[in-house]
Amino acid sequence: MIRREPVLRVSSKLFIPFIMLFGLYVQFHGDFGPGGGFQAGAIFAAAFVLHAIVFGVSETRRVAPPWLIRLVLAAGVLLYAGVGVASFFMGGNFLDYGVLDHHDPVHGQHLGILLVEAGVGLTVAGAMITIFLTFAACRIDGKPE
Amino acid sequence: MNFEAHLPALQVVIPLLAAPLCFLLRQKSLAWLFSTIVTWLTFAVSVMLLAAVRENGPISYHLGGWEPPWGIEYYVDTLSALILVIVSGIGAVVMPFARISVEREVEAERIYVFYVMYLLCLTGLLGITITGDAFNLFVFLEISSLSSYVLISLGKDRRALTASFRYLIMGTIGATFYVIGIGALYMMTGTLNMADLATRLPELQKMEAALAFILVGLSLKLALFPLHLWLPNAYAFAPTVVTVFLAATATKVSVYAMIRIVYSVFGGTAFFDHVGIDETTMALGLIGMIAGSLVAIFQRNVKRLLAYSSISQIGYMMLGFSLGNVFGLAAAIVHIINHAIMKAAMFMAIGCATNQARVVSVDDLAGLGRRMPLTMAAMVVGCLSLIGVPLTVGFVSKWYLLRGAFEAGLWPIAFIIGLSGLLAVIYSWRLIEAAYFAKEPEGREEVHEAPPSMLIPLWILAGLCILLGTNASWTLDLAIDVATALIGPAGTGQGGGQ
Repeated sequence: MIRREPVLRVSSKLFIPFIMLFGLYVQFHGDFGPGGGFQAGAIFAAAFVLHAIVFGVSETRRVAPPWLIRLVLAAGVLLYAGVGVASFFMGGNFLDYGVLDHHDPVHGQHLGILLVEAGVGLTVAGAMITIFLTFAACRIDGKPE
Repeated sequence: MNFEAHLPALQVVIPLLAAPLCFLLRQKSLAWLFSTIVTWLTFAVSVMLLAAVRENGPISYHLGGWEPPWGIEYYVDTLSALILVIVSGIGAVVMPFARISVEREVEAERIYVFYVMYLLCLTGLLGITITGDAFNLFVFLEISSLSSYVLISLGKDRRALTASFRYLIMGTIGATFYVIGIGALYMMTGTLNMADLATRLPELQKMEAALAFILVGLSLKLALFPLHLWLPNAYAFAPTVVTVFLAATATKVSVYAMIRIVYSVFGGTAFFDHVGIDETTMALGLIGMIAGSLVAIFQRNVKRLLAYSSISQIGYMMLGFSLGNVFGLAAAIVHIINHAIMKAAMFMAIGCATNQARVVSVDDLAGLGRRMPLTMAAMVVGCLSLIGVPLTVGFVSKWYLLRGAFEAGLWPIAFIIGLSGLLAVIYSWRLIEAAYFAKEPEGREEVHEAPPSMLIPLWILAGLCILLGTNASWTLDLAIDVATALIGPAGTGQGGGQ
């Protein structure tokens, strides 16, 4: 934990919101250019990693409590599979996004991929944060803090 | 929504969706109840699929509505439906047994993780079986492998961690080899759909490397001798429920993948004649049969003994696979089912004994024949099946293996099968002798029979050992159908290995 480094603390406070914003940009730009859920999730999680390095793991645990991260992890998979199940009920095959919009299958495809990628983003971010915090919370003798 | 039409997707989606829900439940008995319902539902779906396939022929399901070969296709024929039934069936039968056993062998705060990983592992294994897409198979292979590493590491014994890590290294190498092979095939053909691949394969010389990678990768996952080193410790130190489930399903599904790739994609016997890999797999299978049994005889830990016996039984499957005629392949397929049932019953019986009397080594079984008569009787049924005594399932597969060997003109193999059977008598006898004839150690607390929630699943499996042994035609007819479809009618298949 770096308590006495005002430059690091202030500049990372400045950076963290922009890292998150960039993560969201990559998430939603996935439709038109390079990007998508996996990369976005990784970038979004990087904000938390930076926070944990500068302010300490216990501070980050306060911002992102385990129950919340667990919820995010599960919600991503549920969203992905949920879109698939929704397309069952709307008359298509599993993950057939075309049926999600009754008027225009192209819109349906857009909506479907957007939701599915959001699911991927949530789960990847949740998994990255969990992995980092789990390892970071280990003491050198291997016992949890 | 037409429920019937979506069965292939539901087969995989139900456990997949259930896993994150179970993760959110957290409370251990709720997680158990929920997973039990889900596994039985999954089993019901697979039975309906088998019925549908027997009635109307193979089912092809297009994920996302994209036509194969562009989109991912789920393809269910009799072979995959049969394997789906056995995997989801074992997955469901194990669950009632799991509650008490997991409570004892997994740390309380990790129990919900156990059920989440169990559901994911089931998803992966069912996915491998149902998919008609070679790359999708790899994805499911990874889902099932990653979750099984976690499952193994949940054992309370610290050695479970090293066992799991070793399996992780070996399993990852196996999966990587498989995907390198598939990547090479994709480079040459531009397709990943299995049926499409089969029609577009280039000449054999060009794909030797790809083929070698795929076969070695799958052999690692199915623990073919000498690539079996991860298996004994993984089975010995994992929680018993995990051992029951993995021993009955994981390696079997890899054998299925091997049959699928070699017979459906590469064209089976004709391909054997060109490349001669059947001689290699046959030799390794035979060595595995003998070596596995030999090592099993000298094991002290009961679970390790049974694990080595699994390696020898996988040898039988690979022998049937490489004989290249209908009887041999049918024997391999029937043995996948039979061995799943008998090994699950054996490990479950040991699980009951561990739960009631902390059995670790063979000597710990002493005197349990009188204290736990029902459990030990089920273990004896399992032993008889492993040996291959008539009226048990083990006999059915061995009989067809022998017929296959004779048809291929390889009568010396009959001796090796007999020898391996004799070795099985020796290690099975060690268990039976300890349970029924050894003197009970003094100063042990009173041991009682296992509770009904553990005995009923155990006896369902032990009963199936006898039922499918006396009514062999139920599974055998299906297996011969499948083998005929893959090779051609009995008698016309060329003798492999000649």
